[in-house]
Amino acid sequence: MSREAMRHPGLNLGSHHGSDQDSAERLMFGFWVFLMSDAVLFGMVFATYLTSLDATAGGPGPRDLYDIKSIFVETLLLLASSFTFGMASLALKYRHPTQRLVGWLVLTVLLGVAFLGFELHDVASMFAQGGLPTRSGFLSAFFDLVPLHGLHVAGGCLWLVCLIAQLARYGVDRETKLGIMRLALFWHFLDIIWIAIFSVVYLAGLT
Amino acid sequence: MIKSTQSSSDRDDLREQERRDFRSYLWGVGLALVLTVVPFALVHWLHLPRLPVLTAIGALALVQILVHFRFFLHIGFRHNREDLQLLLFSALLLVIMLAGTIWIMASLALRMALPT
Repeated sequence: MSREAMRHPGLNLGSHHGSDQDSAERLMFGFWVFLMSDAVLFGMVFATYLTSLDATAGGPGPRDLYDIKSIFVETLLLLASSFTFGMASLALKYRHPTQRLVGWLVLTVLLGVAFLGFELHDVASMFAQGGLPTRSGFLSAFFDLVPLHGLHVAGGCLWLVCLIAQLARYGVDRETKLGIMRLALFWHFLDIIWIAIFSVVYLAGLT
Repeated sequence: MIKSTQSSSDRDDLREQERRDFRSYLWGVGLALVLTVVPFALVHWLHLPRLPVLTAIGALALVQILVHFRFFLHIGFRHNREDLQLLLFSALLLVIMLAGTIWIMASLALRMALPT
C-alpha cells in the first residue's frame, strides 16, 4: 500500500512501467527547467503590462474593451481541458485501452481550440471598438501578454495533434508516453498562467 | 501459487492507487472551480470598494495557483524534490523582478509628475 516516491513533476508512471519511468526522470526535469524559464518570461511581460496600465493615451481602457462573460467561458474551457488532460494521464499511467487515451486527448484539443476561438472573437471585438495594439502603450502591452499565452495554447494544440498522430502510427511506446507526460506539464502550466491573466488583467481591470 | 497471490495484491494496490489519483484530480478541479467562480462573481455582481476586491482577487488567484501545482502538476513537499526548489527559486526571481520593475516605474512616474 506504500506510496511510491515521486521522481519528477507531473503524474509519475510508477514501477509497473519498468524502465520507461527511469528515462522519464531526467527528461521531465529538463522540461521543468524550460517551464520555469518560460514562467520568468511571462512574469516580465506581466511587469510590462502592469507598468503600462495608465498609458492609455486617451484611447479605450480595460472597462471599454474587456468582456467578463467571454473571459469566464474561456476560463472554464481551459479548466475543463486541464481535467481531460489529467484523465488522459491516468489512462496512460493505468494502461487503459489506447482508444480511451486518444479520446481524452482529442477532447483536450477540442477544448483548446474552443478556447482559442473565444479568444480570437475577443480580439476581433476589441479591434472593432478601436482597441488596436498601435493605439496606446497600454494596448501594446495587452497584445504582448494575452496573445503570447494564446500562442502557447496554439502550440500546445499543434503538439497534441502531432502526439495523437504518433499514437495512431506507433501506439503507446516509450517515446509517446514521454511526449504525453511532457505535454501534460506544459498544458497544466498554461492553465496556471491563465489564472494570473484572468485575475491580473481582466478581473483587476474591471474592478 | 505465491506468485499469483502477490500479483493479484499488486493489482489491487494499483487499483487503489488509481482511485486515489482520480480523486486527486476531482479535488483539484472542484477547488479550482470554486476559486474561479468566487472572484468572477465578486467583480460581476457585487460592487464593493476597489481595494478589498483587488486583495480578494489576488489572494484567491494565489490559492488557485497552489491548487493547480498540487493537484495537476503533483508538486508536493513530501520527497526529495529538486523541482520544488527550482519552482521556489523561480518564484523568488519573479517577485524580485516584478516588484522591482513596478516600484521603479511607479517612482519614475511620480517624480516625472506623469499623470497616474
